[in-house]
Amino acid sequence: MDEVMNLSAATYKDLLEHYIKTQDEKSLYEVEKVSKNFIKNSKTPEEIVNLHIQALSELYPNLKEDFQHSMNFLLEAMIAYGLAHQEYQQLREKQYELKTEIAVAASMQETLLGTTKPDIEGLDIGVVSVPAHQMNGDYHHFVKGKDNSLGIAIADVIGKGIPAALSMSMIKYSMDSYPEESMSPRAILKNLNRVVERNVDPSMFITMFYAQYIPSESLLHYSSAGHEPGFYYNAEKNTFTEIESKGLVLGVSPDTDYQQYKLKINKDDMVILLTDGVTECRDGERFIESEEVLDVIKQYAHLPAQEMVDQVYKHFERLQDFQLRDDFTLLILRKIV
Amino acid sequence: MNLVIDISEETEKTTVNLSGEIDAYTAPKLKEALLPLTKQNGLIVEINLEDVNYMDSTGLGIFISALKSAKENNSQMKLVNLQDRVFRLFKITGLDAIMDINAAIRGGSE
Repeated sequence: MDEVMNLSAATYKDLLEHYIKTQDEKSLYEVEKVSKNFIKNSKTPEEIVNLHIQALSELYPNLKEDFQHSMNFLLEAMIAYGLAHQEYQQLREKQYELKTEIAVAASMQETLLGTTKPDIEGLDIGVVSVPAHQMNGDYHHFVKGKDNSLGIAIADVIGKGIPAALSMSMIKYSMDSYPEESMSPRAILKNLNRVVERNVDPSMFITMFYAQYIPSESLLHYSSAGHEPGFYYNAEKNTFTEIESKGLVLGVSPDTDYQQYKLKINKDDMVILLTDGVTECRDGERFIESEEVLDVIKQYAHLPAQEMVDQVYKHFERLQDFQLRDDFTLLILRKIV
Repeated sequence: MNLVIDISEETEKTTVNLSGEIDAYTAPKLKEALLPLTKQNGLIVEINLEDVNYMDSTGLGIFISALKSAKENNSQMKLVNLQDRVFRLFKITGLDAIMDINAAIRGGSE
């Protein structure tokens, strides 16, 4: 470090001398480089003033005493700046540390909440889930039952940032502890509601749509806890309809009961589940209406489910200049036999 | 976009007039204004959302905690004059069933 200072000191003196004589641009450009080097090596403002004082006294040994005093005065004045500068440096380091820790937490969360898209005979499944910031407050999960049934959860935690994202782990572990298959969507939501109500901050809540697909009956059983409604595509009629569901968000009222609905799925029909990151997309100041979301989905409906969700995501990412405002999750099931 | 909060106290109730957007940035300000009101025993807090053209789920969170606080402190919270887009959020989340909401923009709050 001192070596840097000595080297820079020599250069600084030369540059100063040259500039005083010629006032040319080149020495200004050079001193800028020296200055950047100081920043890189965390030199404080008073060290730089001191450097200037030394260089001056070497170049002009007979400087007026008044002037020398004034420079020392300036040196004192810079000390407070120096302290502030140091503090800033420490904060920067601290911030870097935090960022690294959050990145570790985010990747841990990804591992904890990870779910694999299952292979279910006769179903084509596509899913995309992208966080707006480092940690994802959206969650989706697949559970493949022994009877070849498929459980699908899609959830959105309200309340942003890290605490919100962390509460998703709680949901995941509660769900894992339920006995497989025996749980209907309404029972799962009723249980989760109690868990969330007891454990989560009052201004935080979770919306969830839980569905169970039974291939032998071609039936989708589902319940919703205040989740953004999904869509059902009827291939025969070529129509999209909102999937009807009513139910209170998780974590508000401890004794909530959920209604359960069923939906018959025929060949080429689709079930589209999403979070409000999709419907709350904005094009500049304009909001996207859900019809527009459907239009975009229709546009890619000829593709396999995974390509479809990827293309739809890309479309909205472009629309918002690649700056997601909210976590974005889109899940599509298509019955192919 | 900002959120303007205007509170007027009458004898029977306190009206909170909101205008602007309720999102992650303005929600803390709303929470700060709203929660102390819901903590006053017996008070009717009427929140006028006529000039709120956007609310995201963070806003819902604030109203849920205000509702919980009102229940605990024996006060009442009413939401009036909600625009369609804002009312939709309360409907989707099922909160319209447990909150006192009068959505009609015209025709007053009665």
